[in-house]
Amino acid sequence: MLHTNLTHVLSKDEHSKLLQENENVMICCGRMGPMCIPVYEAMEELENEYPHVKFADMEFDLPDASVIRDLPECRNFAGLPFVVYYKNGKVVKATSSIQTRDQITAILDEHFGKNN
Amino acid sequence: MENHFEVIVIGAGAAGLTAGIYLSRAKVNTLILNEGAVGGQMVLTHEIANYPGVDSISGYQLARNMKNQALKFGAKIKSNIKIKSIKPEGEIKSVELTNGEVYTSDALIIATGGRSRTLGVPGEDKFKGMGISYCATCDGDFFQDKKIIVVGGGNSALEEAVALTKYASSVTVVHQFDHFQAFEHYVEEARNNPKINFIMESKIEEFIGDERLTAVKIRNQRTGELTEMEIDGVFVFIGYAPNTEMFKGILELNDYGEIVVDKNMSTSLKGVFAAGDSIAKRFRQVTTAVGDGTVAALSAAEYVNNLKKSKA
Repeated sequence: MLHTNLTHVLSKDEHSKLLQENENVMICCGRMGPMCIPVYEAMEELENEYPHVKFADMEFDLPDASVIRDLPECRNFAGLPFVVYYKNGKVVKATSSIQTRDQITAILDEHFGKNN
Repeated sequence: MENHFEVIVIGAGAAGLTAGIYLSRAKVNTLILNEGAVGGQMVLTHEIANYPGVDSISGYQLARNMKNQALKFGAKIKSNIKIKSIKPEGEIKSVELTNGEVYTSDALIIATGGRSRTLGVPGEDKFKGMGISYCATCDGDFFQDKKIIVVGGGNSALEEAVALTKYASSVTVVHQFDHFQAFEHYVEEARNNPKINFIMESKIEEFIGDERLTAVKIRNQRTGELTEMEIDGVFVFIGYAPNTEMFKGILELNDYGEIVVDKNMSTSLKGVFAAGDSIAKRFRQVTTAVGDGTVAALSAAEYVNNLKKSKA
């Protein structure tokens, strides 16, 4: 399990349940590595600012993380972490490698709207 | 949170966190402001094996330990903030954030560190994470049996080139000079590795691809010849640039943009100290950053105490 304060997704079933129960979801699929940690930290801080978004992580090396690794939107990715944004269960954006808080915020605002 | 502190530390890498630990332990009211994740370049290090007293530790864990230590002693930390402006002149220093918050202090410690240099050539942003990487331990396994390039000629570049041969079918080191800056044992190890070959006196001029990186254009610096090379991945290790842009024209910087300090880590402005990778120095290690942070903290504490005495 990843050492973050985010909701951990540990299986395909949990991934599916998360998407069913939440309209807006951001999942960071990675390891505790240099490119991933800044993304987790930004997400932990953004959780309070975006209550209408569910923030979660998933360990990249879990067999069930294939639900993210094998997404068509991630087929060209070759940099951790893989971050996927879902709206009503559909992928609306996916990014590869390190992202700043500002980059993440821009995506959240564009696809899920700002917190009012 | 109160808005005035005795010391504000800007940056939460090894130098900034160490300064925070020393200051708060000495009961100096301290705020650490940090753009990005706590830990700085330390977090980018997979394994730290030469930190005295610690056999081996991940950079992430060491950063976490330092952060918790600083918090335990009472330092306040605000991370992932964005600084709009700093006014370090005069007796009261002030830092304004982009969210409008303003913090003031009697002394400042600048520990803004450095960031990995990028090549800044066409295609680099587009293919980041889709063929271009800056972290071998993070992304090496995406390049199993693939052809890759490592750009650079320092210790990191050659060490990572050797490490990447675990995955790649071939590694080509592209370096702008005719010689390497790395220590001799790194050069020797790379030269003795049959999977590694070298293109010297050359620079990548463009990254090419459609949905992911497929080729690069390489210019020979001596002959001017431009060639195209098909490639699956490129790892860039060309050193670090100091995060000192906001101090240009305010503090004395050298030609490399590094802050000039004396043996007490004092800068050209009274009450402003600097430490870590943002200062002019020869060796950039976690241990040297920790040493700088210690000296800067003790100097800042002394400065603050003298200020108090002069007002008493």
